[in-house]
Amino acid sequence: VDFGEFSCGDEIRKVVQTLEQAAREILTVLQSVHQPSGFKEIPSKCAKARELFCTVRTQLGELKTKFPVEQYYRFHEHWRFVLQRLAFLAAFVVYLETETLVVREEVAKILGIQVVREKGFHLDVEDYLAGVLIMASELSRLAVNSVTAGDYTRPLRISNFINELDSGFRLLNLKNDPLRKRYDGLKYDVKKIEEVVYDLSIRGLAKDAGDK
Amino acid sequence: MNRREGEACPRRNADAALDRDAGAASSSPVVAAFKVFQQELDTKHDKHERLVKISRDVTIESKRTIFLLHRVTSVPNAEDILKEAEVKLDAVRQKIGQIAEELRGEDLFQFHRAFTPGIQEYVEAVSFLHYIRHRGLISLEEINARLVFSTAEKVDPEGTAEEPQTAGPALTFQVTPSDYLLGVADLTGELMRMCISSVGNGDIDTPFQLSQFLRQIHDGFSYIGNTGPYEVSKKLHTLRQSLGKVEDACYALRVRGSEIPKHMLADVFSSRTALPDPEEGVV
Repeated sequence: VDFGEFSCGDEIRKVVQTLEQAAREILTVLQSVHQPSGFKEIPSKCAKARELFCTVRTQLGELKTKFPVEQYYRFHEHWRFVLQRLAFLAAFVVYLETETLVVREEVAKILGIQVVREKGFHLDVEDYLAGVLIMASELSRLAVNSVTAGDYTRPLRISNFINELDSGFRLLNLKNDPLRKRYDGLKYDVKKIEEVVYDLSIRGLAKDAGDK
Repeated sequence: MNRREGEACPRRNADAALDRDAGAASSSPVVAAFKVFQQELDTKHDKHERLVKISRDVTIESKRTIFLLHRVTSVPNAEDILKEAEVKLDAVRQKIGQIAEELRGEDLFQFHRAFTPGIQEYVEAVSFLHYIRHRGLISLEEINARLVFSTAEKVDPEGTAEEPQTAGPALTFQVTPSDYLLGVADLTGELMRMCISSVGNGDIDTPFQLSQFLRQIHDGFSYIGNTGPYEVSKKLHTLRQSLGKVEDACYALRVRGSEIPKHMLADVFSSRTALPDPEEGVV
């Protein structure tokens, strides 16, 4: 009985570590938008993050070579976590740039991978959705920090966005799996943002800035 | 930026209700995208469920085959039982063919969790039958050789076709090395039981044969140790216990065998209490 197949794991782990490092670097760049000074620099931070995604594309290209292409799901667990984080970071960049929800194809493009399994190393829909949910948490934090930084209009826009996201997620028939658990957290994000919006509106701080 | 438009998706009543509530949101691209995700996830979950159901049938029939096979030690004509078992396993193989059909074009590891219990049980059953017949361990290749299912059978009514027509590559199910190992590990438990019952029937040769066979399997597993899948390490522990019971019984038979009345031979096994595994903590 041949166990050569299990040695893939070590090679894969090494590349995944480099991916995790790259993800941390991108996160560091994007985290700074939460600081008052960071708000003004959003475009340049997004540009910097996009540069760092180049490295990610290279690393994912490397990862592809470490196992037989038709056995993606055999080794999926090795990179699932970091891929979800990368999906989150891509979604976050796109949100900061456009205030819209990045589509799965765009995330795949940023990461240099496929959307459809048959075409090669791909982004599983559940990993994309997990990334989107991670972003939702980040946005609830951003709503709070926007107010602190003096931006009273952003929270309303975030609120509209998150509510729409929530409507979308409600359409899914989820099983009792990690994705469902993560989705359960979305309602707390929704609530937190609603509270921010409420605080602003009763104080008359947010005028008519809710329209996109 | 290319994007999936809201394609015509089958709408369920729930969707219609949600749309009414959501009002303007129902036409948003975000919601449209999620409808596509819903379909994708539902399709995947449905397939998973179908595989779980088939796998359960495989498990049940395989287990029944194993129970049937245990009767060979207590019955005069073993061949009848073996033939019946073969028939049952053919039915199981048909079910596995259904699994193969579901997995056509899919990455089988995406659904592995759905059918692995059934497959392991099948491996256990088929290797049990093989051992009874041949006193050896069936190989993974031999198992997989019998899991070849042709696609649509073309029956030529005239019988004039010179070559058999096949619709394309034959459909196969390939048991993974991991499932094979786990099935064989479970087999050792059944062999241990067979050992006990054969002693109870006055057969004092089988325990020694089994002991040797189990030891070989055990040594194989020990060699793999922790380098295999996690579940293998767990089963290794149970395997050691099974082997220990069989070895102790052989010892007892060797030392005291001639003294023990045949009807009390089975007690040779029950007097042994579970001793702590000397290698516990290493596995």
